[in-house]
Formats: sequence, C-alpha cells, structure tokens
Amino acid sequence: MMASLTATAGTALAQATSLFDIGDGFVLGLLLKLVFVLAMFFVLPLVGGYVEHKVMGRMQDRRGPVEAGPFGSLQLVADGIKFVQKEDLIPAAADRWVFAIAPGIALVPAMAIFVVIPLSDGVFALDLELGLFYALAIGSISVLGVLMGGWSSANKFSLLGGLRAGAQLIAYELPLILAAITVAVQAGTLSLVGIVEAQATYQVAGTGINLWYVFPQLLGFAIFFTAAMAELSRPPFDMPIGDSELVFGYMTEYTGIKYAMYMLTEYAGMISMSALAVVLYLGGWQLLPGVGLPGCAGAGGLFDCSPLGVALGVVVTLGKIMALVFIMIWTRVAYPRLREDQLQRISWLVLVPLALANLAVVTVAKVVF
Amino acid sequence: MSDMSTRERILPGTAPGEDLHLEIVGDGDFATADMSLSIGPAHPATHGVFRIVLAMDGERIVGARPVIGYMHRGFEKLAEYRDYRQIKALVNRHDWLSGFSNELGVALAVERMLEMEVPDRAQWIRMLLAEWNRVLNHLMFIGSYAIELGAITPMFYAFREREDIQHLLESATGGRLHFTYNQVGGLKIDLPKGFLNLSAQTLAVMRKRLPDYYDLVLGNEIFQGRTKGIGPLPPEVALSIGVSGPTLQATGVPEDSRVTEPYLKYGEIDVEVPVGENGDAFDRFSCLLNRIRVSLDIIEQIHDHMPAGPVNQKLPKMVKAPEGATYVRTENPLGQLGYWLESDGGRTPWRLKMRTPSFSNVQAIPFLVEGVLLPDAISILGSVFFVVGDIDR
Repeated sequence: MMASLTATAGTALAQATSLFDIGDGFVLGLLLKLVFVLAMFFVLPLVGGYVEHKVMGRMQDRRGPVEAGPFGSLQLVADGIKFVQKEDLIPAAADRWVFAIAPGIALVPAMAIFVVIPLSDGVFALDLELGLFYALAIGSISVLGVLMGGWSSANKFSLLGGLRAGAQLIAYELPLILAAITVAVQAGTLSLVGIVEAQATYQVAGTGINLWYVFPQLLGFAIFFTAAMAELSRPPFDMPIGDSELVFGYMTEYTGIKYAMYMLTEYAGMISMSALAVVLYLGGWQLLPGVGLPGCAGAGGLFDCSPLGVALGVVVTLGKIMALVFIMIWTRVAYPRLREDQLQRISWLVLVPLALANLAVVTVAKVVF
Repeated sequence: MSDMSTRERILPGTAPGEDLHLEIVGDGDFATADMSLSIGPAHPATHGVFRIVLAMDGERIVGARPVIGYMHRGFEKLAEYRDYRQIKALVNRHDWLSGFSNELGVALAVERMLEMEVPDRAQWIRMLLAEWNRVLNHLMFIGSYAIELGAITPMFYAFREREDIQHLLESATGGRLHFTYNQVGGLKIDLPKGFLNLSAQTLAVMRKRLPDYYDLVLGNEIFQGRTKGIGPLPPEVALSIGVSGPTLQATGVPEDSRVTEPYLKYGEIDVEVPVGENGDAFDRFSCLLNRIRVSLDIIEQIHDHMPAGPVNQKLPKMVKAPEGATYVRTENPLGQLGYWLESDGGRTPWRLKMRTPSFSNVQAIPFLVEGVLLPDAISILGSVFFVVGDIDR
C-alpha cells in the first residue's frame, strides 16, 4: 500500500496556513503570531496552576486558594507579583553569569515549543514540516538551564538536583522520542497539523471506522505520557527537586523572579507536553473519533472551518489538554516519589524496549495493511 | 595517580571572619573525592533541628555522623528546681507529640515513691487518654513519613483525623498538645459529661478511615518500592543499641512494656503487640500503622471497663517524695520512656534522669544509612520515628 502512504505524505506536505496570515501583511501576521504564542505561554500555565491548586485542594480535604480574585483564580498572579518584589539573591560563591542566565535558558525553549502547537484549524503560529522534530528538540534544551542552575549555585543540594535532572532527561528523552516517532510513522508526516489530519482520516483496516491513534497505540501513549512526566520532573518523578531530600534541588538558591521563571517553565512544560499528547494521540481538535466539528468541511470534518468551528476546536483542544493536566495532578496527589535508580531502571529496562517493540509493530503494520 | 592534595580558594567576605573558604579537591582530572553533605540542622527531612553529616561518594553514603544537641533545653536540670506538681508541665514538652504519656510516667514515679493508691477510675482514664495520645502521635508520623517519601496527601488526611482527636482531648484537658492533666494521685478533674460518647464516636470515625492509610500508603507500589528491604535492622543490633517501640517491634522482638511489665490496668485487658519480620523501613511503618489499630482496640476495651468513682485524692499542701529512688518505664508512642527519679526528701527531685525513646532510636541511624543512597537515607531517617525535642531534652 505504498500508494496510500505517498498520498498521505503528499497532502501533509501542503503546508496549512495560519489564521494569522492576513493578506500579505507580513509584519501584522508576525505580530499577531507573537501575541498568540505569548498569550498561550503566559495564560495556559496560569490556568494549569490554578487547576492544580484547586484539584489538589479538593483531593486533600481542603479548599485551595479562595482569597485572590473570584474563587482564588488570581492566586498565581498574586504570587507572580510577589516574586517580582523579592530580593534577587546571588550566593557569594556562585558563578554569577551562569547563575543569572540559567533560568532564562530553561524558560525560552519552553516558550518556543508553543510556536508549533495547533489549537484548532488555523489557530497556530506556524505549521512546520518538521513540527514534531522541532517540538521535541527544542523542549530538551530546557534541561541545559537546569544543569547550569544546579552547577553554578555552588550548593551541594543544587548540584545533586541538577545532575539528577540531566540523568533523567537522557533516560526519558529516548522513550519519548521513540513513542513520538511511531506516531509519525503511522501518520506519514512530522507536521503537527498533518498528524491531526492523518488521524481524522485514519480508518481501521478493513472497516470504515475512524479512530484516534491512542487506540492502536495505547502502549505508545502510555510510554509518551510517562516519559513526558519524567522529563518535566513531575511527581512521582520529581527527584531533581525532591524537597525532602535535596531541599529544593537545583532551585534551592534561586529567589524572586528567577525562581518564578523555573516554576513557569515547569507549568508551561505541563501544558506543552499535554498539548503534544493531544495532537499525537487524541485527535487534536476533533470532539470524538469520526465526528467532525459543526461548520467545518475538509478532511474528517476538521478543516476549512467557519469561525464557530474554529472556536469550538479551540475549546475541544484546551479541554483535552486540561484533562491530561488533571491526570498529572492526580498522580502527584496519589503517589510518593520514586528513587533515582528505580527511575533509571524503569526507563532503560521497561520503557525503551517497549517503545522499540511498539515502533517495530506499528511500522510492520503500516507496510502490511 | 592524580594529585589529591587539597588547595583552598578564599573569597573575601564583607566582615572579618566571614571569608568563604572553598576546598578544591584533586587536580582537576577525573579524580573523585568524597563529598561531605551536611543535612540539617534546618532541613525539611529532619522535622526539627536534627543534623546528620554524611560522607558521600556521588549519591552513595559512605559514612554518617549524627550531630545532636541543637535543641537541648535542659529539662533534666530544670526539673530539679520544680516541685512535683510543676514537673508535669515540663515533661510533656520534651516529646511534644506525646505530652500525656510523658506526664503519666512522672506521675507514676512519684506515686510509687509515695506508695500511693490511685483510684481505679483515674487509672482507666489515664489509659484511655494515653492511648488516644498514641494514636495522635502515630498519625503525625504517618503523615510526615509520607511527605519524606514525596507523597503529600496522607499528611492532610492525618491532620484531619488529628483534629478530631485533639478536639476530644481538649474537651477533657483544655490542651491540644500539652495536656497537663495528670497529677500526683490521679487526675486534675473528672472527664466532662458526654466524653465517653464523643470518644466512641471518634473511635468509629477512626476505624472507618484507618483502612484508607493501609490502601493509600502501605499498599502503594512506589511506597513499597521505596521502603521494602531498605535499612534492615537485625534484632541483636537493635537490642544492643537500646532501640524500642515500633522500630524494635519491626525487627520481630515483641517488646512492649504494656505487656511485659504492665502498669496502670494494662494487665486486665488484651494488648496485641504487632511485630515485623525484616526490621526494614516498610516493617517499621507497618508496625506503626498496626499500633494504631491495636490502640483503637484497647480504647474500645477501656470504654467497656470504665468504672465510676473519684479520680484523685486529697493531697497535702506540699507533695514531698520520701528519700530514695525509683525507675518507671512506660510504653510511650515512640518506644520505651524511662524516668529515674531520685529524691532527698525535699520538695523537688534531687535528680530526674530521662531515658527517652528518640535518643536511643537515633543511635541506630549511622548503622542503618551506611552504604545506602541518599534517598534511602531519607527513607531510613523518617522510619526510625524520632522527635528532636525528645532526643535533646
């Protein structure tokens, strides 16, 4: 069935255009995209953080924030303002320059990921041909900032935290990428919009049933999600921070706005990794498998949308992202922290072989059917 | 072979004596050297001001040296300047999580020296409150141990339960941590009306919620992965160090002074002693949980036995213990608490020596943490269950 493979790849190569490309106003389009990416980067992590506060509160028999804003929704904004006012401390023995730029190096890649993430038909800044590759590659630069912060703090707890983060990234980047590649193989494209399109038109061989990739690749999804949590140092994989062991890991010596930048990196990572999982496995802005959005035509009823369809698509994507964020929070509430060597063992002895097997099976299936 | 001599780099500080000395070890090649990591006195895992200096090779610990005394408040000496009524307000502070059990020990010691008969009802009430105090204490450690392993939720659940029990104890004693309810010859006042009802209700609630801890913490796969086989303590080492309480019971030694040397009315009821098999962190924690279950059973039996009658006796204006000495040991929540009380016949003790469970239990830490990884050291540190005030006194 090489023909169908080429056909899919062929359609995906035709780059989707962003809604923000209005006429031929290059500058206007660029500005709109910039605003869009920054808005996603600053608003979504705040929403995720608020959800975390409230969900954790409810699960732990307390109420979470209630004072700042309606239902405490501005708590994180208040926290941010507080962080800006804090004294910026740099330890005497710290490597000053490295110490100062490390949070920025962690933060910028976390922001850059949002450039390729599609929320709905046309609602993305850029549909790169190598979108998936770009997202995974740029996301792993963040750990450099973490390592630099851990090293330059001149604090033994920070150093241990930074090294743990480095080891963790190396261990979990591999299963993450292998799982993502498997999706790319099945979709025949690396473009994130292309993957959504491929999922909307994917049908189980021999039947006419449209499915998301999470069903044929449930294992891949589990690997991707676990590895993503480990890469973000979310509990139960939060050894780089490990507050009962390493005080606060690589963030121990950071105060004020620099500390806030690290925190923002973590929450932005939660959102961007969830968004990637939604695009790769959960059908992007499709409400249910096989069901198109109202007001949309095109492949799987997801493209060439009316404004209503676009808006609905955004709502669906954000809903799915928040559902995944909820699962991350739930895990944090329910589980203790793993040990560093247990974490490495899970990665190298379980996830990597499983991911390789998954890749092999999907590749063979792709060629056979 | 690389040059392992130590060089020093000095960063000048702003004031004399504040210069920062940095040791540069090795010659910059790939030579490795042990790193000394000082955990505490202010560190999240030491819940208090306990300090342990670790010699580390990477994440592996090659040696450990606990440094205690940051919280020494001189209780033994202070007790020599307080009369026998005042001491109870001192001793319920050295282990602040077991206030009632502490004051009970001193009261028993003085009563024994005075050869005083304590009314039955007072003895049963003392047992009831001591058991509630034990549950209160163990709940705290369940929460804090889970936090040390990175699970935040059990702490909130434990504090919800603690709130109920503290409310109950407050209704009788007026205190939430430092009860000051015992006195020589009995109790300060009788229980308030309806106390036993409230106690039975709290008991029912606790029994309903206790399985949650077994599921959420003890049954958790990651919890088991972090604690099973970690820091095993052989019984002979435990006995030679003088470890007691859940830490000793986890090694398989069924030692509990409520059974082996019953005081109050413990001889008249059934007290089960939970024991472990391997003496590892998992066993220590499961003993702690099982001790809650046992305490709840004891509380139920006490409810059935509670007699009527007076709760104290008329005391002379000044209580003076006769010349002599005695040693009283009680099963405190964390282990065996002993008071050596020596009197010269005056109105204050001549000497009050405290044998506190935490002090003996932490002696096992250097033995336990040698050769383990840093996260395991935290897991061990939390599982020997100590209160820093109880170590330093």
